[in-house]
Amino acid sequence: MKVDRRSFLGLGLGAAAGVAVSPATWKLMDDSSIWTQNWPWTPVPIDGEVTFENTVCSLCSGNCGISIRKIDGRPVKIEGTEGHPVNGGGVCLHGLSALQYLYDPSRIQSPLIKIDGAWKKVTWEEALAHAAKALADVRKAGKSNAIACVTGNDRGTVPGLFKRLTTVLGSNNYYTMDTMEKTWTATVDAVNGVNAEVGFDLKNSDLILSFGTGFIEGWGAPIYNFHVNAQRKTNAVKLIQIEPRLSNTAAAADQWVPAKPGTEADLALAICGILITSGRYDAQGVKADDKSFAAFAAMVKDTYAPAKVARTTGIDVGVIQDLAMAFADAEKPLAIAGRGRGDTAGSMREFAAVYALNCLAGNINAPGGLWLMDKDPGEVWPAIEMDGMATDGFARARFSDKNTVDALMAMVSESEKSPVEALLVYNANPCHTLKNAKAVTEAVKKIPLVISFSSYMDETTQLASVVLPSHMFLERREDVVLFNTLPLDITALSTPMVKPLFDTRHPGDSVLSLAGAMEGSIAASFPWESYDACLEAVKAPVWESLSQEGVVMKDPVSLIKKIPRVDFSLLLKDAVAIGAAGEEKAYPLVLIPVDNMRLSRQVAASPFAVKTVSDRVLKGTHSFVDVNPETADALGFSQGDDALITTPVASATVKVNLCDGIMPGVLAMAQGLGHTMVENRYVGGKGVNVNELVGPVMDAISGLDAAWGIRAKLSRV
Amino acid sequence: MCHPAQLVCCINNLIDGVFMSELEEKTEKGSADALELGGSEDQKAEGDSGVGTGVLFFIAAFAVCFLSGWLLFPNLLYSKKEQPFNFDHALHVSEMGGCDSCHYFREDGSFAGLPKLSQCVECHAEAMGETEDEAIFIAEYVEKEKEVPWLVYSQQPDCVFFSHSAHVVGAQMDCVSCHGHIGESTTCKPYEENRITGYSRDIWGKNIWGFKKNSWDRMKMDDCAECHEKETGSKGACFQCHK
Repeated sequence: MKVDRRSFLGLGLGAAAGVAVSPATWKLMDDSSIWTQNWPWTPVPIDGEVTFENTVCSLCSGNCGISIRKIDGRPVKIEGTEGHPVNGGGVCLHGLSALQYLYDPSRIQSPLIKIDGAWKKVTWEEALAHAAKALADVRKAGKSNAIACVTGNDRGTVPGLFKRLTTVLGSNNYYTMDTMEKTWTATVDAVNGVNAEVGFDLKNSDLILSFGTGFIEGWGAPIYNFHVNAQRKTNAVKLIQIEPRLSNTAAAADQWVPAKPGTEADLALAICGILITSGRYDAQGVKADDKSFAAFAAMVKDTYAPAKVARTTGIDVGVIQDLAMAFADAEKPLAIAGRGRGDTAGSMREFAAVYALNCLAGNINAPGGLWLMDKDPGEVWPAIEMDGMATDGFARARFSDKNTVDALMAMVSESEKSPVEALLVYNANPCHTLKNAKAVTEAVKKIPLVISFSSYMDETTQLASVVLPSHMFLERREDVVLFNTLPLDITALSTPMVKPLFDTRHPGDSVLSLAGAMEGSIAASFPWESYDACLEAVKAPVWESLSQEGVVMKDPVSLIKKIPRVDFSLLLKDAVAIGAAGEEKAYPLVLIPVDNMRLSRQVAASPFAVKTVSDRVLKGTHSFVDVNPETADALGFSQGDDALITTPVASATVKVNLCDGIMPGVLAMAQGLGHTMVENRYVGGKGVNVNELVGPVMDAISGLDAAWGIRAKLSRV
Repeated sequence: MCHPAQLVCCINNLIDGVFMSELEEKTEKGSADALELGGSEDQKAEGDSGVGTGVLFFIAAFAVCFLSGWLLFPNLLYSKKEQPFNFDHALHVSEMGGCDSCHYFREDGSFAGLPKLSQCVECHAEAMGETEDEAIFIAEYVEKEKEVPWLVYSQQPDCVFFSHSAHVVGAQMDCVSCHGHIGESTTCKPYEENRITGYSRDIWGKNIWGFKKNSWDRMKMDDCAECHEKETGSKGACFQCHK
């Protein structure tokens, strides 16, 4: 047999035909198609039983009810709880992506002690012993009042435990971070002489006159406001936004009135003047018979005459008149203040002027109006036991008579040796969120002992000596007391949605353990076995419904009948206008920090949220500054140019974003960027922290930071 | 039926037709002047006479490849895996009742699928019986509180959405229609995993040709469509299953 070319051809053809008619070909085609539709390297969520569990979101003061969708017990998605009084089934992008905070790369995974500038992982016992000894040393040196504590707010049992620990250690230096709610309370206290919480019945109002609030950008309870905004057309609610920049709120408003930054109070007082002059105000609401009202009326009519205010604010007299008439014509008008998200305090003058508008409208504790409320936290704390050192320390003068961390930090900055010997920080990141953040960072560096209870390696925690890391909110049980401007009195129970991922502890348990590790009678003031026991005991008056229903909702107690006076005298004398720091000659422009709904301020934003930020706010690692094209032309800048922004406080390199929606001469930069959290590459090193460029300005009455901006200049890099 | 000689001739022509290009033919004819005429004719005569080697090679290669693709290929395609331990369905059915005693529908209507350890533990908190499998189950899974990593014969690819509720509750189908008589089995057969897709052999069916005798022999899309067409008059739309 001769093997020739035909043999090979026959062999090949036979093989091909054999394979073709065998099942292998068709089977392989089928398998290949299945393979390509189900790439083995693509993660596939595990199937299982779907359950929903309700808890409350603590990422901002909105405190929305959230439902966690779980598959076989593993949380996979967050949705808003249907029918919840705050958010009614809605959820914001931060709440939606809260699971990312659970797995955040900058989560602290175990207790840490800093030795020679380097972190060392230690056991809880070691960390607690270390912290307890350091605190005991401060006390033994007779400086117990040099122990200070900073928490995000003072609502609920966990901040309550921190306050209690500070007291028992012998210090009255317990401070909370600034928010607009603090200024509202201070304003009502100054005007009415009552201690009230302020709420706004936005759902029932028919005209919302917003003085620079980020009404649909995170102000107050964000989702509640979204619902109000969505129903505006249906409910015939008008929204007027007064702001130097075309924010999302301004863009969504029926009318946008750009006022020069920092002149909102002038405008509010001018409107007050027109209402009084035209007699279109509620005499009872302002107790018009009172002597103080006559003085106030005379002052607003004279000092804030529309023609004068038109020059101050840059708004036409006609527009001011129209605004006043619109406010007067509305059945249920409501004026609101609190810049941006309301995460800063703001000036008393501005808040008092806006409050005066509401009083003139007679909407205090009226439907659609401003509510003065007494909220009952439903807490019973046992008596505390103070030892000699504690009594001595507590009797000493507080570092600052105002409840403001800015004052505390300013004092440390000014002193060569820090008067604060130890600082306990929980749920706050002053080194990033306070104005002049660099100075605050330097101040914190001076404090010999910083104990952080953070869940994340944020800017303040980076400077700590000891870290007692907390469970994040999805991992813990805790009472969450509604702390925002809603006319509701709600305490919700946050429940653990997932077993703690890391070697962290509940912050309440950390306080109890720290107290337990201290010598003497410190532990006696913490008679609970665990935080859970503490929660149940302290919340005993409401525990039954709180534990069973997960929420306690009460009608807020109206304080309208308890108001002894309506006196706006503070606007006549003490309340001074807060200007932008810096010489106009050297710094011809004004920089205002603005809030962006997508950038969180209280915790570093999630990767998802940062990804959604516009390329005109953050591109790569570059922050943008909004500049009016007219201003940019005069300075010779084009879109995307690098520029050096310099303020009296600091300077930074940014990129120029030409924006018609900002007043000429005004610059705007988004807050919440410029984190230095290296572990989190999605957030760390992105952009510039605008708080490093703006310095604080203390309000003369409240003592809180009222800065709304600073003078600045733009130059070529 | 064609005569074997004719078939051979056909294959021969096919080889010529397919593999001898026009160019080659031209070259053969065109080179006649240059070549010795006799040699060329000899070659032609030999090629035309009887069964050529090309045909033999064709048949051999065809047979080898065809048989390999039929008989050897499945053994290469699938790897065999054993279940963590043997499970006696028949025993459980006789003790517990129907399939839905363990494979039940949840309150929300979704199908629970394979029972979780917590369900098993309701009866098997301690060893029941003295079999080796029971000992493994208790020691390795119950005591360690570890879910049993069962290999699911009927697991569909992830691109397929399938609702047990629509079929069992809605259309009142019985389990046997798709899953066969697994409830009567006393041992677990080896799980044959497709090396390419990672899915069970039972989806394609044991028969590599894709032939089936019973409705539960295969679980491919065509089988779904066949039944859907019969029962509902339509094969159904793509997005019904491929969401």
